[in-house]
Amino acid sequence: MEKHLLSGNEAIARGAYEAGVKVCSAYPGTPSTEIFESLPQYGGELYCEWAPNEKVATEVAYGASIGGVRSLCAMKHVGLNVAADPLFTAAYNGVRGGFVIVTADDPSMHSSQNEQDNRYYAKSAKVALVEPSDSQECIDFMKEAYHISEAFDMPVIFRTTTNISHSKSLVSFSDREEHSCEPYVRNQRKFNCSPANAYRNHPKVEANLKALAEYGATCPINRLELRGSKIGVVTASIAYQYARDVFPEDTSFLKLGLTNPLPMDLIRDFAAKVDKLYVIEELEGFMEEQIKAAGIPCVGKELVSNLYELNPERLREMLFGVKPVTKELPVKAVPRPPVLCPGCPHRGFFYTMSKGRDFVIAGDIGCYTLGGAAPLDAMDTCVCMGGGFSIAMGMSKAFAATGEKKKIFGVVGDSTFFHSGMTGAAEIMYNKGGVIPVVLDNHITGMTGHQDNPGSGYTLQGEVAAAIRIEDVLRAYGYENVMIVDPQDLTAMQKAVDDALASSVPAAIICRRPCLLIKRIRHEKGLCVVDRDKCIGCRKCLRVGCPAVMIRDGKSSIDPNQCVGCTLCAQVCPVGAIARKEGK
Amino acid sequence: MAVKHAILVGVGGQGAILTAKVLVNGLMKAGYDVKMSEVHGMSQRGGSVSTQVHWGEKVYSPLIGPGAADILVAFEKMEAVRYAHFLKPEGVAVINDYEQPSATTAAGLAAYPEGCLEAMEANFKCYTLDAAGIAEELGNPKCMNIVLFGALTHALGLEEIDWEEIIRETVPPKFLELNLAAYRAGRDAAAQ
Repeated sequence: MEKHLLSGNEAIARGAYEAGVKVCSAYPGTPSTEIFESLPQYGGELYCEWAPNEKVATEVAYGASIGGVRSLCAMKHVGLNVAADPLFTAAYNGVRGGFVIVTADDPSMHSSQNEQDNRYYAKSAKVALVEPSDSQECIDFMKEAYHISEAFDMPVIFRTTTNISHSKSLVSFSDREEHSCEPYVRNQRKFNCSPANAYRNHPKVEANLKALAEYGATCPINRLELRGSKIGVVTASIAYQYARDVFPEDTSFLKLGLTNPLPMDLIRDFAAKVDKLYVIEELEGFMEEQIKAAGIPCVGKELVSNLYELNPERLREMLFGVKPVTKELPVKAVPRPPVLCPGCPHRGFFYTMSKGRDFVIAGDIGCYTLGGAAPLDAMDTCVCMGGGFSIAMGMSKAFAATGEKKKIFGVVGDSTFFHSGMTGAAEIMYNKGGVIPVVLDNHITGMTGHQDNPGSGYTLQGEVAAAIRIEDVLRAYGYENVMIVDPQDLTAMQKAVDDALASSVPAAIICRRPCLLIKRIRHEKGLCVVDRDKCIGCRKCLRVGCPAVMIRDGKSSIDPNQCVGCTLCAQVCPVGAIARKEGK
Repeated sequence: MAVKHAILVGVGGQGAILTAKVLVNGLMKAGYDVKMSEVHGMSQRGGSVSTQVHWGEKVYSPLIGPGAADILVAFEKMEAVRYAHFLKPEGVAVINDYEQPSATTAAGLAAYPEGCLEAMEANFKCYTLDAAGIAEELGNPKCMNIVLFGALTHALGLEEIDWEEIIRETVPPKFLELNLAAYRAGRDAAAQ
């Protein structure tokens, strides 16, 4: 059979396609984004979209399930925090078409603000949890997840980690199997979560979970690999792959794909077959604490850290004390942190805010979080998606109480504005906040790799869509003075900040310039060059924090391979030593 | 055979991931089980990037830790130093003799380290080449990654794989001659 090399994310999309899924909705977030980026190729047979946020995506997918088709939503781990509300109620109501929620956790926080272990969501919401360990399982387990969702009348959480989502392995494909429900009939008893209905639904949830736990003993995605009787390992997810590399050849494995509820009878039988039982899992001791609570002795988190991503070498050292042999070099690499790209439109705003002014800047999640890094160093806080405005609001109320005089700016991006920044903008207006909201509008969801959003004018499939105007939203809220400024024009940027501070009516700023990496826009690129005779070596140009600008032999130098001619460095040069040449 | 591990490192935008894909295509064609891991996300923004390729009869983990790589391909010489601890003591390094400042060194906040190549060569079997210079001579700086790929195939010694055929299948026809020339030049440079 022909083999294909697919990432876990591409395989999840393939699995959804083969399972006959018809409606898919998601908000991008590393490491989950590529699931939906690879769905449009199946566009003839399924509908897929970017939603404004994860809660909306979950509701759309759940609505599609109620409507009678198999549906999918996907998000990064912290996205499920946003989507938790519909999840917990969908668990009580149950489904019609199979309903799967993909959560991609990020151990080691490669691109995240925490390393929360979302397996606990399944336990807390009382829903099934399915965990694949490679790309083939991403395809096969998706189909099983839809079977479980329908057979046990519940949403299924399908959990990956970065190294499952982003690693590639060989898979084979099957054909799509279409799936349909009975024609739609109103069923308020099931789908209207009034207290009386919820009261009657809870025992049903418990009964479904109990039946699912029994199913776990024979479920095809729970696999017994019996070899020797000395060591047995209970494991799931990517930890299975690491454990297979680390434990001796004759180790027996109970490799679980359905991890909530745990098949405790199966685990007890397996434990009885081996002298010593290990439970190997990345992050928390989710399975281990339940297995220990069931009175089954096992070894796990006393040896294996709950911090950070595992790998075979780390696991071997923690379990058996075998340190990897490495060579120590006399030379050390200096850090190479991610930075705002040359020509990034966010740079002009953060440079303006960095010029020694007494500002507090409550930031948000996106490329522009890098505005907090040196030398721009222009951000006080970053908490969560859409939090920029509301955190700023809370600080302004605290400052009012303490007498602190610093001016507060709340900063979000365009995609973040539509995600959950809008509610913060309403809060500032409604509760008379002393905060200036700023939207850094680069027309795209940048950090996750350029996904469209309700302001960008295009859908996930690249079709033209309504582009909601941020200024119209803000004006409708009551911001009478909405200033739209090109952040690359430092004079205009400074004027907008000064005017907002002096404004007698509620003011907001929209910094508008498209990201240079958007392919469908023709960007007017140029090149900045330094006149070395004029340059006085004052290093002011370095303050814009552009990776193309550096010091060579005491004077400014611009890397022509990186420069795009945005002219920020030229605008800050006090002696006019930097000039732009057109074209590149 | 024991599973073999390669780690390709560089700076975002240098083409390390693309090169790893060409390598994987060849390994797949030769019938190996293959797994590959990529670093995504913030690494796009000029940060340090790494991608790993593993092959053998049956591969389990898509990720290795320190001291486990058979071969390191560094698209930038300071990145070779950053990831050197991933190499087995008897591991082999293919290094691009190319310096790309980081944001910290460009701003003068830290000095780019001296002696990267010397330190690598004193500790590991190394194939060092000026892939950027070779690519420039061939008329297109962008084929630097295929020059390095050529050197990598020499270091790997997987003679049963027809890498030129793999390149033919992977790159667009418009760039085929350039990439074949780059591949051969990289292979020759490593053989010297």
